[in-house]
Amino acid sequence: MTATPTVHRTPTTKAAAARKWTGRTREYDLVKEFVIALVVVTVLTCALAALFSSPDEKQITISTWSRTQPADFRQTAATELDGSSGTATYGAPYNHTPDAAQKVGPVSLQHIAGVTHPIDTVNDFVVGPLSGVPADSELGAALVQWKGATTDQQKTWASAYDDALTKAEGDLTKVGPGDYGPVPVMLDRLLAMAQSGGLDGALLSQKQFFQTDYTKPLLFIADGSYLEDQARAQHLGGDQWGMMNETGNFPGQAWLWLYTFWYQVSPFSTSGNADALVWGLMALLTLAFVLVPFIPGVRSIPRWIPVHRLIWRDYYRTRRA
Amino acid sequence: MTAPATTSRNWTVRLRNRAVRDLPPEQLMPGEQPVYVASWIYVFGVLTLSAFVVVLVSGGWLAVEGPQWWHTSSTGHFVNSLHLWSVELFMAFMVIHLWGKFFMAAWRGKRALTWITGALCFVGSIGTAFTGYLIQSNFDSQWISTQAKDGLNAAGIGAFFNVTNFGQMLMWHICLLPLVVGIIITVHILQVRRKGVVPPMELDLRDEIPEQVQR
Repeated sequence: MTATPTVHRTPTTKAAAARKWTGRTREYDLVKEFVIALVVVTVLTCALAALFSSPDEKQITISTWSRTQPADFRQTAATELDGSSGTATYGAPYNHTPDAAQKVGPVSLQHIAGVTHPIDTVNDFVVGPLSGVPADSELGAALVQWKGATTDQQKTWASAYDDALTKAEGDLTKVGPGDYGPVPVMLDRLLAMAQSGGLDGALLSQKQFFQTDYTKPLLFIADGSYLEDQARAQHLGGDQWGMMNETGNFPGQAWLWLYTFWYQVSPFSTSGNADALVWGLMALLTLAFVLVPFIPGVRSIPRWIPVHRLIWRDYYRTRRA
Repeated sequence: MTAPATTSRNWTVRLRNRAVRDLPPEQLMPGEQPVYVASWIYVFGVLTLSAFVVVLVSGGWLAVEGPQWWHTSSTGHFVNSLHLWSVELFMAFMVIHLWGKFFMAAWRGKRALTWITGALCFVGSIGTAFTGYLIQSNFDSQWISTQAKDGLNAAGIGAFFNVTNFGQMLMWHICLLPLVVGIIITVHILQVRRKGVVPPMELDLRDEIPEQVQR
């Protein structure tokens, strides 16, 4: 009786895969293939561009926002002044708000990275721009009163006015009397400045003539509800898979589907640390994706799901024959 | 007299010798491929590369004219459309290429670096596309930047990579990231040429004498 020889498959397969191919070959013109592919892709791109164009939804300015929704603008400005807006309470990298930074377990990379773009919403968004308004004695007196008050007094005035606006749902005629100090005058003038377009420029050019950093005007706009309302109407909200959507019916960043997915499911959808958790998870998954060749199990999936038999079907058929 | 190639201390000569040894001309630009390189899936690699060229050309055109041009010119809008659709094609071709290579287990035979550079190219392309969305200077970029800042800030990245800073994002998008992706693609292609196209799985004994293979 002849013994069947034992052959260990894995090492032999590995060796075969690493060996230089010495079997049959076929003519293959790489340059010709590239040129044809380039022509095909160029024609396809031109056709798609001509047929479907590309979206260009007009930008929102502080001017359009304040003219379209003056109540929302005034309410937002009040929150910037009393320190309760999204930006004022954000934490790093904009300010030092305690416990605002997101964490993964005990680690807060947001806090460790520090405050690198300091924003003082009171002075940067309201008092600073108003200080540049010329020839307005009533505003001048209001600013003198504001600057001469203690921080606690300023906060008391601004919070009282913010609460009154909230109760009145933005309707100035329903705002009851109260100790608001100079705040109503300041916000009246800020609204007028915003509607004239002056605040857009003032927020952008606080440091120098040439400016490309839109952080302040963008954060101010984002603190209001107008921008989000417009985005949600276009299905761009975070809970609407908005990260991979685009305005109109155009394809967006579909490749962000997995990143977007985590925000739709618990515990991420309900966590106050959702961004940090999702980023941590995606960092791990990305590392795993890059290191697939070294991860046992994952690297064997192609053997378990034999799509390769379809890809190399001609070759396998020929060899069997 | 020039020292023998193998023992030369000249950095230039050593680099040239290394390059010629690892990538002789007939291997860098071969006229033949193994017989198993015969499937439509192989086309998606070169389609990805072709789309990358169209992305660079259309993006370069936009860069030459300036970031506001496409809002005010019909030609500019068309070029922006070319850029958008070439990016969509680039990403679509690359994803198909990646899935194809995954199911071929294309990292076999000491080809791990080929897979790694391909995966890094995908990750780098996502970052490049993302910064492109940030510099459209329209409603889309306003919304995306104000939303994306939260994730980046939570990860500590926003401290030095400020998505609401148009100027910074413009430089990343048109200079730094395309350079990084271009270098990764170059290394990836050189790896493919150096190691060759991965052979079919179970090429050796199972196809030849399956009854003798111990499973």
